[in-house]
Amino acid sequence: MGPLAPYEIISENTNFLLAFFIGIAFGWVLESSGFSSSRKLAGIFYGYDAVVLKVFFTAAITAMLGLLFMSLFGWVDLDLIYVNPTYLTSAIVGGVVMGAGFIMGGFCPGTSFCGAAIGKIDAMVFIGGLFIGVYGFAFTYGWWEKMYFAKYLGEPKVSEMLGMSDGLFGLFLIIIALGMFYVAEWAEKKFPREEY
Amino acid sequence: MSNNQNTEKSRRYLNPYLGGVLLGLVLLAANFISGRGLGASGAIKSVVATSIVVVHKDAVNTMPFMAEYAESHSGSPMRSWLVFQMMGVLVGGFLSGALAGRLKLKVEHSPRITSKRRLIFALAGGILFGFGSQLGRGCTSGSALSGMAVLSLGGFITMMGIFGTAFALAYFFRKNWI
Repeated sequence: MGPLAPYEIISENTNFLLAFFIGIAFGWVLESSGFSSSRKLAGIFYGYDAVVLKVFFTAAITAMLGLLFMSLFGWVDLDLIYVNPTYLTSAIVGGVVMGAGFIMGGFCPGTSFCGAAIGKIDAMVFIGGLFIGVYGFAFTYGWWEKMYFAKYLGEPKVSEMLGMSDGLFGLFLIIIALGMFYVAEWAEKKFPREEY
Repeated sequence: MSNNQNTEKSRRYLNPYLGGVLLGLVLLAANFISGRGLGASGAIKSVVATSIVVVHKDAVNTMPFMAEYAESHSGSPMRSWLVFQMMGVLVGGFLSGALAGRLKLKVEHSPRITSKRRLIFALAGGILFGFGSQLGRGCTSGSALSGMAVLSLGGFITMMGIFGTAFALAYFFRKNWI
């Protein structure tokens, strides 16, 4: 019965060791999907390369379905799995600031580490920027504290907010993703560009 | 030519849908084993918290953001799940790049801009992303992707914030990419 660490089936140290191996798999999949290249990542915003959209949504749906089925079979206790809390204001403002960083820098934090691992200097500089940004937030925290905690909604699920079951919402998400994949394939054909 | 290109492309990178399923399985494994999703910016926060405390011992008392963090990480902030996971990401990314012959020290940029311009924008983008990840309680991995897998409302909102803003601003930065 999972999750293993919260049920204390594995020790804290084992959990950290497994985190390292999970990280290896994470980095491997990101890099081999092309996420170590900022020009590939930014391609989604111009239609010439939709790898971000395809990988991102396929992954979210795979993990979501996996959790729903494992819960259905009684293999995992969803109550013990961390659900990100929702602070509405900071989720929106933080997302907007990150979006601006994404289109300017071409990476997100996880992908920048993959880029740096294979020698991309732009990724290393981006990581330098990440540190400056985190320091900047920590040192000016007093200015943002109110916004940081504003509009706390608890840990709601989207399915609850929409008044439908998790499974039904999952089905809608799959249909939406398939629609986006169709548009993505069309865009890649319409805005072709040589591979680098 | 486009056929040729496609064969070349598929040899070099994983099929994106296959990559997505594999990434989803990694995320599922993280949830099953550790009861939590993947992440990246949290590891940077751990390093930042550690360095601030090293330089300024009372930081935990004088800086509320650090105090909150210390409370949730008994012991050292470096003894954190995400720090170990991110060390793994560096190893995994390196191994994948090495096997595919992609290890190369270089600044990747559009032929229409200089390396210097690319690096300035990379730094600026990194600063914004670092700042935003703290405000938004996680980045594309921890908040958007992992949040979506557990159907978190906040995860979906942050995801739309990130991609929506990047789409909205894409026109102004097009020279950097196309």
